Amino acid sequence: MAQNLFSDELLGFINEWKDKPGNLIMVLHRVQGEVGYISREAADEVSRLLDVPLSTIWGVVTFYHFFKLNKPGKYNIQVCLGTACYLKGGDIIVDELGKLKGLEVDGLTEDGKFSLEAVRCVGCCGLAPVMTISGEVFGKVTKDQIPGILDKFE
Amino acid sequence: MIHLTIQGIEVVVEEGTTVLEAAQKAGIRIPTLCYHPDLKPFGSCGLCICKQEGSAKIIRACATPAAEGMRIITHDNELNEVRRTILELVMSTHPASCLTCVRNNKCELQKLCVEYGVREQPFETRIKTLPKDTSTKAIVLDPSKCIKCGRCVQVCQSLQGVYALEFIGRGDATQMCPAANLPLGDSPCIKCGQCAAHCPVGAIYEVDEGNVFIKEASDSEKVVAVQIAPAVRVALGEEFGFKPGELTTGKIYTALRRLGADYVFDTNFGADMTVMEEASELVGRVTKGGVLPQLTSCCPGWIEYVTKYYPDLIENLSSAKSPMMMQGAITKTYWAEKMKIDPSKVYSVAIMPCTAKKVEIHRDEHMRSSGYDDVDLVLTTRELARIIKQFGIDFASLPESQADSPIGEYSGASTIFGVTGGVMEAAVRTAYNQITGKDLSDPDIMTVRGNGSFRHGALDIEGKATVRFGVVHGMANAKQVLDEIREAKKKGTRAPYEFIEVMACRGGCIAGGGQPLGTDDEVRSKRTSGSYTDDKKSAVRCSHQNPSVKKAYEEYFGQPLSEKSHHLLHTEYKQVPVYKN
Repeated sequence: MAQNLFSDELLGFINEWKDKPGNLIMVLHRVQGEVGYISREAADEVSRLLDVPLSTIWGVVTFYHFFKLNKPGKYNIQVCLGTACYLKGGDIIVDELGKLKGLEVDGLTEDGKFSLEAVRCVGCCGLAPVMTISGEVFGKVTKDQIPGILDKFE
Repeated sequence: MIHLTIQGIEVVVEEGTTVLEAAQKAGIRIPTLCYHPDLKPFGSCGLCICKQEGSAKIIRACATPAAEGMRIITHDNELNEVRRTILELVMSTHPASCLTCVRNNKCELQKLCVEYGVREQPFETRIKTLPKDTSTKAIVLDPSKCIKCGRCVQVCQSLQGVYALEFIGRGDATQMCPAANLPLGDSPCIKCGQCAAHCPVGAIYEVDEGNVFIKEASDSEKVVAVQIAPAVRVALGEEFGFKPGELTTGKIYTALRRLGADYVFDTNFGADMTVMEEASELVGRVTKGGVLPQLTSCCPGWIEYVTKYYPDLIENLSSAKSPMMMQGAITKTYWAEKMKIDPSKVYSVAIMPCTAKKVEIHRDEHMRSSGYDDVDLVLTTRELARIIKQFGIDFASLPESQADSPIGEYSGASTIFGVTGGVMEAAVRTAYNQITGKDLSDPDIMTVRGNGSFRHGALDIEGKATVRFGVVHGMANAKQVLDEIREAKKKGTRAPYEFIEVMACRGGCIAGGGQPLGTDDEVRSKRTSGSYTDDKKSAVRCSHQNPSVKKAYEEYFGQPLSEKSHHLLHTEYKQVPVYKN
């Protein structure tokens, strides 16, 4: 199972850090980088490889916002709901995505194309409200622009 | 030694003592919710805040070591105001459903709200209704009532080494939860119930089946046969004003009869049978060459731990059933035949200090060796106390009575089964006889007693054999010796022990997950003394001397490890996945 789930490179990394204290978060970062999220299977595998209880892993991945428990869509949409973006209408973007795509926060469209995540500040408050799609940043987003932005990824 | 004053009272304490413990010494109780003497300070509730004269800093008494010259203020108007606010904040996310809560009148939060005069709810309430976890037959998790004190998580991880429970999420969304948000029944949980015993509120509790007992006991078609475990007799009294460790055996028998039991037996008889079987097995393994060390098998929490975490050591487990299961099987076979009672009419109930026993009775087909469920129902000590109260029985004034013969008499050896080291001591008393043909001149085997988390040594059996023993209590403490056995096995050698006793709960069954609440080391020590007192005053001190045991072998089982014994009194274990899903 391990061979299918994790690349040899990742397994090598885990092995290298296996006995070093504080390795769990770092390993989970790498796992998410490769798998895209922390699936139950991935968590089980990390638990086995590092000899860390599954409950501990689950405690960590649910504590840190960075870690995702659900498979992201082909395109992951992040909408900033930090202070500046929220004041400028970040929640309107979330609502609009709900209307257009049936997306909820932490949800996935039926076709698996888009997932939606609410984030706290992406570091460009001057462009509020901000959304990103698979790393591409869109600033000063208005409700009307959203269909056009999504079309780029269809 | 450290000198400090607490509320102006001078106290002298040892280095390493916390301010909280020093205050206890000064006769001052600082309120706490997350603190428990069994656990490391967690510092989550903030109720134990104190002031230190000459410092603007507010300290948490549970997590602050006492230091020379400290002048501590534990109670003043300001501190009490803050504490009241903390309680009001806790109550703003805690359902005020006290009247229908299992912990009503036994809730630490409720008690503090009374003491601190919380009379209104000044904060907006944000009470989440989360689903109850009823996936096990032993323990219910009700996360809606959780106050996030962290006791259960620490108990499960540090005290028990099981890692079934953890906090998930953060901040407002933090939740006490089984591993990976699984149902508890699919998690590594061993059902020991220590989480329930340590929960300050009603967020974790035993599955309550008191009403099932009452219903069955009032069925005139059924012959209700009840057994009580060794540890119940030194603890049930606490629910009725007796001191921990005070023996109320005779009153418990009477109470059970008044509640509708047709026959009252004693698990101690089953424990004597267990000693006969388990000691014979040990002698066999030592003299004829079998898998060693032999591991005890009375504790269902421990069995679940081995079958989940150390399946390679299953062959080391004694095949002897637990006293409860032996007693159940004997009730529906030997006794029913003797009494000419149809075993299908017998309803077999066990009063246990333990939540895991509720699961054990359904473990596998061996628990139906009589052809029926050998034990139909398990009630914990706490559940029995509740139905005694419900039926208006004035326990303290009850006359004493005897258990029913011939499967109710017990030896002193059996009654110490509930104490860490007790199974070892009881088995060695009989093994000594089996090896030498003589009885110990002094049956007290002091070297196995005590409260060290892993006690070990060697017992010389008159130069004929040596039993190198190990005694472990508190599930987390088993890891060291189990790893030692595992490593030796991998190398093709064997760890230097013949016999190892393990009990999942700290102190043994006397402090089991189903015992009266408020158990700490002081209570453990008193219940332990009660068990040794019961042993000391017993007419016979060794299981093989119990006349009823001799009779059972003469009339029915033949001898220990006979075919009949194997069928009814022994079992097998299978590996269980740590995570079921």
